[in-house]
Amino acid sequence: MRKGSIAGFAAVVAIVAAVAVLFAYAAGWLSPGKLTPGRFVDRFKQVSGRHPGFRLNHAKGLCFAGWFDSDGQGAALSRATIFQPGRVRVIGRFSLGGGMPYQADKANTVRGLAISFMPAHGEEWRTAMINLPVFPFATPQAFYDQMLALAPDPATGKPNPARIQAFFAKYPESANALKLIQSQPVSSGFENSAFNSLDAFRFINANGETAWVRWSMLPVQPFAPAGPAHPQADTNYLFDALIASVREHPLQWHLLITIAQPGDPTDDATIPWPSDRKQVDAGTLTINQVESDDTSPARDTTFDPLVLPDGIAPSADPLLNARSVVYVRSFTLREGEHKSPAAVSPADAEK
Amino acid sequence: MVLTMLFIGIAMVASLGNYHKLVSLHRPLGIAILILAVVRLINRMFTTLPPFPATMSQWERRVATASERWLYALMLALPLVGWGMLSAGNYPIVMFGPVHLPPILPANPLLYTVLRKAHTVLAILFFLTILAHLTAVLFHTLVMRDGLLNRMVPWPVRSTKTNPNSNSQPK
Ligand code: HEM
Ligand code: HEM
Repeated sequence: MRKGSIAGFAAVVAIVAAVAVLFAYAAGWLSPGKLTPGRFVDRFKQVSGRHPGFRLNHAKGLCFAGWFDSDGQGAALSRATIFQPGRVRVIGRFSLGGGMPYQADKANTVRGLAISFMPAHGEEWRTAMINLPVFPFATPQAFYDQMLALAPDPATGKPNPARIQAFFAKYPESANALKLIQSQPVSSGFENSAFNSLDAFRFINANGETAWVRWSMLPVQPFAPAGPAHPQADTNYLFDALIASVREHPLQWHLLITIAQPGDPTDDATIPWPSDRKQVDAGTLTINQVESDDTSPARDTTFDPLVLPDGIAPSADPLLNARSVVYVRSFTLREGEHKSPAAVSPADAEK
Repeated sequence: MVLTMLFIGIAMVASLGNYHKLVSLHRPLGIAILILAVVRLINRMFTTLPPFPATMSQWERRVATASERWLYALMLALPLVGWGMLSAGNYPIVMFGPVHLPPILPANPLLYTVLRKAHTVLAILFFLTILAHLTAVLFHTLVMRDGLLNRMVPWPVRSTKTNPNSNSQPK
């Protein structure tokens, strides 16, 4: 072979190898230490066990259908179709935090409310909220670390004080957030819980003006404090009470948009905004129907918090991106698995 | 462009920090490739190709023709599968601003699972095909110097071989 050919041959090998290595690098195959969606999935499985067909988190739930009546007041803040005056169909899901689909209901378990707003013309909006006033973890890494640090030690079955202490030393914002969370009374059930977006988002109105916001669903049903611990046998008592109250009358929540002032943190869900911030009541959510996970289309939906219509955009809160990609992973995983019956069965939902 | 898409795709699914930005770019770019692929295909049906260089043997030509068909098939299939899998997964197919596409398939867990896997497998096959294509073209251009690249690019590429058979002399 001529000299030029050898150099050429070397160049071919080098170029092709470079492209391949770049690809492997982009895929994260060369940086195994990095926190990735895959490692989140593994850790969820590690702490909750495998429950094929169920969500990796908020595994136990009850789906619903209803509507949202917009009063038009949100339109000054966001050009999203749902804030135009009028009625929008919704489906959604109530849930309990944790990856165990058959866990017994407890008053202190985190309660979730996930909603998909589906305007007839215009884009869908999905949001997943919880009943805490702030989120206990500021970053995906903190969330990932607490899954092991705050879980019972597999060796003893009890929380491990040394690990817990080390966790809060590393993440002092989590200690502050938990103090605030524990200072607030928990309500008696799903039907009189307030649910909060916690992460901040950006609203953009028809003039292109931007506002930083968080939102909440405030129950019309009056607050009652959670009672004493329930007998162990009554494993679905929160969901049963929810089903019974929907049977009595449709349940309602107000969508309250809280507007940040300059300086309010928009990238840290562990810090509350001052209570005097302006709030706009954008309309009323009405839930008139509940349905078991086994039969509802809400089961085969992931309430990815970044499914947003034009007029709502993400903030720089690092939780949002992580949530989006991990929810999709969890969804892809569970959609490919055989489905087991949900704890709250179709018969329960018919009661 | 396709290579960019492959990189965006593979990087975004491993990213906790930039997923949203990347996937928001990935969807409209993928659809743009679909449209371009259709345009190219129509264009291709009405043009004749420049002849193969003489250095290419019969089997190389057959491989080249087959791989061209295969590339077109992937350019059409991959974005369609992407669109289909989002439809089957009950996801809205957001392009940009208020523009979104209608679902092309009903929401269905099994369909979603199959298409989601197909998107990955086809993308990896696409990458390997592009690598192979790249290797072949580079080989012809840098090692055999037969000006094969002239068939593909609009600018002239210097061919150092006047006699294509000179490559077969003993080393
Ligand atoms: C890095 C932080 C977080 C991670 C890794 C995470 C992870 C998950 C996962 C894997 C699911 C199951 C998704 C599915 O299979 O469809 C889920 C569901 C849920 N998450 Fe999160 N989450 C995080 C933060 C949050 C925050 C800040 C909130 C509320 C403000 C929240 C509220 C919910 C709710 C309500 C559900 C249930 C949705 C449903 O019923 O489908 N999560 N989460
Ligand atoms: C030529 C066009 C395309 C190429 C080369 C391509 C390539 C890729 C690659 C390499 C991945 C990562 C796969 C994995 O690691 O599992 C991916 C994921 C993805 N693609 Fe595409 N794609 C194309 C078109 C599309 C289109 C048109 C759409 C939708 C309209 C789409 C939607 C997606 C989504 C949503 C994901 C991520 C799913 C997840 O996070 O689970 N793609 N794509």
